[in-house]
Amino acid sequence: MNLVALKMLLGDRAKYLGLVLGIGFATLLMSQQVSIFIGLMTRTASQIMDVREADVWVMHPRVKYLDELEAMPAIDLSRVRGVAGVAWAVPLYKGNAVIRSSEGLLQQVILMGLDDGSLVGRPPKILMGSLADLKRPNALMIDRAGHQFIWPGEPLRVGRIVEINDRRVEIVAIAKASPPFQTFPVVYTRYSEALRFTPPQRNKLSFVLVKAAEGVAPVDLAKRIQARTGLQALSWQEFAWRSVRHYVERTGIPVNFGITVTLGFIVGAAVAAQTFYIFVLENLRQFGALKAIGVTDFQILRMVILQALVVGVLGYALGIGLCSTFFWLTRDVPALDGFILRWQVIVGTAVAVAVIMLFSSLASIRKVFVLDPAVVFRG
Amino acid sequence: MHARGVVKDFQNGGSSTRVLHGVDLEIESGRLTLLVGPSGCGKTTLLSIMTGILSPSAGEVDVMDVCITSLRGSQKALFRREHLGFIFQQYNLLPALTAAENAAIPLVAGGLSLAEAARRARVTLSRIGMAEHAEKRPNQLSGGQMQRVAIARALVHAPSVIVCDEPTAALDEETGRKVMEILREIASDPANAVLVVSHDNRVYHFADRIVTMNDGLITGEMSPPRAAEGAHA
Repeated sequence: MNLVALKMLLGDRAKYLGLVLGIGFATLLMSQQVSIFIGLMTRTASQIMDVREADVWVMHPRVKYLDELEAMPAIDLSRVRGVAGVAWAVPLYKGNAVIRSSEGLLQQVILMGLDDGSLVGRPPKILMGSLADLKRPNALMIDRAGHQFIWPGEPLRVGRIVEINDRRVEIVAIAKASPPFQTFPVVYTRYSEALRFTPPQRNKLSFVLVKAAEGVAPVDLAKRIQARTGLQALSWQEFAWRSVRHYVERTGIPVNFGITVTLGFIVGAAVAAQTFYIFVLENLRQFGALKAIGVTDFQILRMVILQALVVGVLGYALGIGLCSTFFWLTRDVPALDGFILRWQVIVGTAVAVAVIMLFSSLASIRKVFVLDPAVVFRG
Repeated sequence: MHARGVVKDFQNGGSSTRVLHGVDLEIESGRLTLLVGPSGCGKTTLLSIMTGILSPSAGEVDVMDVCITSLRGSQKALFRREHLGFIFQQYNLLPALTAAENAAIPLVAGGLSLAEAARRARVTLSRIGMAEHAEKRPNQLSGGQMQRVAIARALVHAPSVIVCDEPTAALDEETGRKVMEILREIASDPANAVLVVSHDNRVYHFADRIVTMNDGLITGEMSPPRAAEGAHA
């Protein structure tokens, strides 16, 4: 009876397309919005995740997440280095600054000051120029998205001169960095240069990046640093999750995205369930005839489930295809950098669509099961 | 088919309406039996009970020596699929299927592939003069042609009992006559019993036996010639 079920489904093209489009729309809405949400939340910790050399981040005890900064005295770097189990520890500056391009454009940027010797904290990929040039005086590296933001439509180019707090500096390299939550360009320089470029302050040490000695667990080392120095120390995973959690708990972002995703689910479920219900309802007399002829309830159940499965799979494939296309088409849009369709979202949306179709087919099949086949004898 | 003391009550809110008051009826093979009576007298309810579609409130029905009133739901469905053929007033064809595929449904329900079942159904359609319409869908067929597809569907699995509910009600006189001639021919096979429920007196002369019903009771029998005369009077 499977082929009969499929012919019944495809025979009513308008409803069949309505069902597939309804499921497709719900899939697109859910997968796209969840992907954007995950992308946004990942951005809140992207700069932590980019620094893979360091196992532990040490910061002022009052720091709650990456973008909330309270600097430590420079001496704290030595205190951390003195803790047993530390292989190495380097300073990292993070702060905001304003640069002025040669065209006179003012732009706020995130300024990262990397350890002078090791340049730990640098972005994972250098696209243009040389990292060694960053060791020259008044040298700056900018991320690609920042370059596109400040000089839109212009090709990537090193050698540009910009002013940062009235100091002339040269862009010597362009890097591919994970985009931060704040959509400011990110510029990198050496730690000592960052201290020179920024206004005088009593404390300027934002973070101490620590590598654990061989055989020392980062989580244990973090606890030890915390106990010995009174500073806050977290493994990079702990710090990344803490930053993500802060935005989840303290901002309206998850609620807003949650509402959109829930609406996508509800609208998709309502459209699919109602259309499928009407489809079954309109075929009720035919199902009654099949029951009278001798088709069992189990066979009819299989027919309805097959019909639900087909529209569910096709609608889901359409929605995921559209979502993939969206992220493929926008892969070079700086504002959407880092937003991708993850396999977890693909699986999660599949589960949501399965729930929608299960709900739809169960609501409809009940009507068929209680149907009195004697209905076919009524004129 | 043998119904003994069949009673049927329908619950309507808090009240109960008795539509069959202890019906006894025997349908024999090799004959076309016509069950006639005014609208609302309980003909279709009796037909539904005698085919295991409805359960009686009291009484028993034997079909081919099987007490179908004691069968469970799925057993009844399987019994109907194997031994009964149905022809409905409204044809109840699936619009998405061709005539051959529609006629093949009982075989498909029995586990045959749609292609093989449709091949066999084409043979049955040929028997009733519908070979050239086998690949047409119901919306491409006339009422008489649709009813003949329904007849093919009722015959395709070679059932022993064919039950028809008002098979000519939606047809013009000429088409209705052709449909009744086919049923008459089916009933001429001693292995087949044909039960037709109708209140169309134009079809009386096709019957071997006419059973009359009124107010939920079998009220008697009429001989076909007399009924036919009455019809033309």
